[in-house]
Amino acid sequence: MADSAAIRSLPGRTHRAEAAAPLQPNPLRLPTAKLLPWLLPTLVIVGWQAAASLGLVSTRFMPAPLDVAAAGWRLAQTGELWENLWVSFARAACGFLIGGGIGLSFGLANGLSNLSEKLTDTTLQMVRNVPHLSLIPLVILWFGIDEGAKLFLVALGVFFPIYANTLHGIRSVDPQLIEMGRVYGMNRRELFWRVVLPGALPSIFVGIRYALGIMWLTLIVAETISANSGLGYMAMQAREFMLVDVVVLAILIYAALGKLADSLTRALERTCLAWNPAYRNA
Amino acid sequence: MSAATALRVEDRSTSRPDAGLAISLRGLSKSFDGGAPVIRGLDLNVPAGQFVAVVGRSGCGKSTLLRLILGLEAPSAGRITISGDRSSKRIMFQEPRLLPWARVADNVAVGLGRETPRAERRARALGVLDEVGLAEKAGNWPATLSGGQRQRVALARALVSRPALLALDEPLGALDALTRIEMQEMIERIWQDQGFTAILVTHDVGEAVAMADRILVVEEGTIALDVDVDVPRPRRRGDPALAELEGRILERLLGHRA
Repeated sequence: MADSAAIRSLPGRTHRAEAAAPLQPNPLRLPTAKLLPWLLPTLVIVGWQAAASLGLVSTRFMPAPLDVAAAGWRLAQTGELWENLWVSFARAACGFLIGGGIGLSFGLANGLSNLSEKLTDTTLQMVRNVPHLSLIPLVILWFGIDEGAKLFLVALGVFFPIYANTLHGIRSVDPQLIEMGRVYGMNRRELFWRVVLPGALPSIFVGIRYALGIMWLTLIVAETISANSGLGYMAMQAREFMLVDVVVLAILIYAALGKLADSLTRALERTCLAWNPAYRNA
Repeated sequence: MSAATALRVEDRSTSRPDAGLAISLRGLSKSFDGGAPVIRGLDLNVPAGQFVAVVGRSGCGKSTLLRLILGLEAPSAGRITISGDRSSKRIMFQEPRLLPWARVADNVAVGLGRETPRAERRARALGVLDEVGLAEKAGNWPATLSGGQRQRVALARALVSRPALLALDEPLGALDALTRIEMQEMIERIWQDQGFTAILVTHDVGEAVAMADRILVVEEGTIALDVDVDVPRPRRRGDPALAELEGRILERLLGHRA
């Protein structure tokens, strides 16, 4: 699962670099180039608003963008939006840190030690093949609908991509560089910090980006099924009262949060992987 | 300032005679996992400061010989005696093997141990980069350099600790012909300047005769031919004496196959 992510996401990057390259450094074209990605979403929203205003779609099932914005404003005024947003964000962040931390630790341990890999890798690969969302009934039995249930599911979901990509990254560090480090007198500690970890970092980042996607997905499902706060809960409550605008608002917020997390990771990649031509700011 | 310069030159000239390591191999053998020996009963004396080239066909054991001398492999039998400081041996590989995530100056500083203070590491790295003509590239990422420039950075990394023995494992094999000649001249100049013992493993007999004091032809794990190159330096490319010697060695290498 995570390995296919590694393969899929790297060519995507090179495509971006190639696409950006032919652009002339023309000062007039620069703002256009920056705005271009937003053209399609803008057109969709405008078209949607027009369709709703002209009565082409029933606002009972698909509210107009302005209604969604109004709902957002209303909920922001009452503070309900911020409270739920914060609760969801805290759950996502905690689950990600716990699961990602454990995944990173196991990835590093199994990448560096054959004994550790022999002991744990087969078990982890078996657990990995269980869809973590299928555990929801069990998790509800164990934790109820408390915070523990959500944290457990998110942590479990983000664990595997980070584990698999960290392991893959360490395994694929150029053995010639490791030999060079040894010959040039680096001890194990130096070898890890100066050769192995930087070499594994691009792969670890692929794992992080993939895990962020799984993080939101898991959280939405968990909050929708069993929660008494958070964005997913907000959407489910709204459904009961037929507040379609709030449902759509929640979905859009999820999209925005996902995009935000992805942008943050990209910025981090550009700083940490500036040496790699594939990640340099085009 | 001129006094300081004079002092340094004098200091270098006095330290030159013992700047290299002397190597002595007695009955050296090496086999891997109980297989046929790669090196069989090899004897060799290399005086300090000599430039030795080792040539031979692929798989003749020349790289293993180099790794044994460097202590990267343990001999199966025989003895290696190296007079001098064991830690001051450096190797330059066929590939540059630069850390892609470290800038050029930091890559060169890898050649100095962590015990050297940071400021001194940087100063020495910049100094040796200047020697290989890459001072202005100190802040670049290795990915932005050409193949020849990367190999020069690797040379700088090997030289920054002022080694007494420099092992060169086909370091110029992947370069184009002109860059290769430039690199040969650069290595020869620095060797003359610093006086370390140099062991060059190469496929290129022309390179061996152009650079070395002495050429060893290795065949089936033993030294089949040991010739001194007494053509004075600086050597001119296309010198008939060098061409004659190159012909003799090639004949030996090719004749053995027939």
